[in-house]
Amino acid sequence: MKKLLLWSALALLIVILSVGLYRSQQGQINVGQPAPEFTLVTFSGESYQLSDYQGSVVVVNFWASWCETCKPEAKDLEAAYKFYKSRGDVLFLGVDYVDTEPEALAYLKEFGITYPNGPDLRTEISQAFRIRGVPETFIIDQEGLIAHLQIGPFLSLEEIKAIIDPLLK
Amino acid sequence: MKKFLRSIVGLLSLCLLTVSVFRPVSAQESGPTDDEVNAVASQLYCPVCENIPLDACGTVACEQWRGIIRDKLAQGWTEDEIKDYFVAQYGDRVLAEPPVQGFNWLAYLIPFMVLVGGLVLLVFGFRKWRVTESLQSTPPRRKTGLQDPEIDQEYLRKVEEELEARTRGRG
Repeated sequence: MKKLLLWSALALLIVILSVGLYRSQQGQINVGQPAPEFTLVTFSGESYQLSDYQGSVVVVNFWASWCETCKPEAKDLEAAYKFYKSRGDVLFLGVDYVDTEPEALAYLKEFGITYPNGPDLRTEISQAFRIRGVPETFIIDQEGLIAHLQIGPFLSLEEIKAIIDPLLK
Repeated sequence: MKKFLRSIVGLLSLCLLTVSVFRPVSAQESGPTDDEVNAVASQLYCPVCENIPLDACGTVACEQWRGIIRDKLAQGWTEDEIKDYFVAQYGDRVLAEPPVQGFNWLAYLIPFMVLVGGLVLLVFGFRKWRVTESLQSTPPRRKTGLQDPEIDQEYLRKVEEELEARTRGRG
């Protein structure tokens, strides 16, 4: 009986450590996988739930005001947002990763960003997407699957359009 | 001369009064000290650079967060209120010690379980060791004159074989 208890405790410990190791080794979400569900509450208080936008292409950009490499793509993302705005089937969402609100708002103002942006509260969205850093952008197709994963900044408006255009039906 | 001394004493009193009245005001204006900010920051971890306490982190992000701590302290927030704010913004991982809830229980339970398991193993190990030692220290059986238990077994086996053979011979 004592031996059984000892072995059970050891087995439990191994299972727990294995689960922890597996979770830590999980890589990024890959292209073709379903995008994780999330709700973003913007700095102005509006709420965006991903599942409400099935049928639309959704661009989820992770950024931070302290991130130098996020800056070059900021204007291109805003230009892309304005380009597709009239269509109504492309949603741009900016997720502000571990940032401070005054600096984040100053960043949005500096780059003239007008599409919805909000803080990644408790880092829940970035954990769901298992991001490794910023900037990272996930482009989700009309079926809710990851169509493109951009690690690092976009280099031009044309690059963004070249990814979004084929996804629009 | 007395008049002069009185006026000096009066002037000094006025200076002391002025200093005592204005000192708290100037302290309020200067805000929390770096030590006060770092006392809170040392209990928080940078969520971007892993395993670096906020007070020792040199990144722009950490500087911004120390700025927030300074602002909150200046507004009269307590340490716990500031920590709660950081958890609400950036999650539990900013805390130096994870809160005792949910999966975090394991962080507290596993070391305790390992310690208890180790103690149990030690106790059983010592007991077994003592039993073996007491068996080994038992004096040899003088009647048979044999000391080695293996030889004892061999001897008994031969005796039994002999007895069996004799029984068969009689039959």
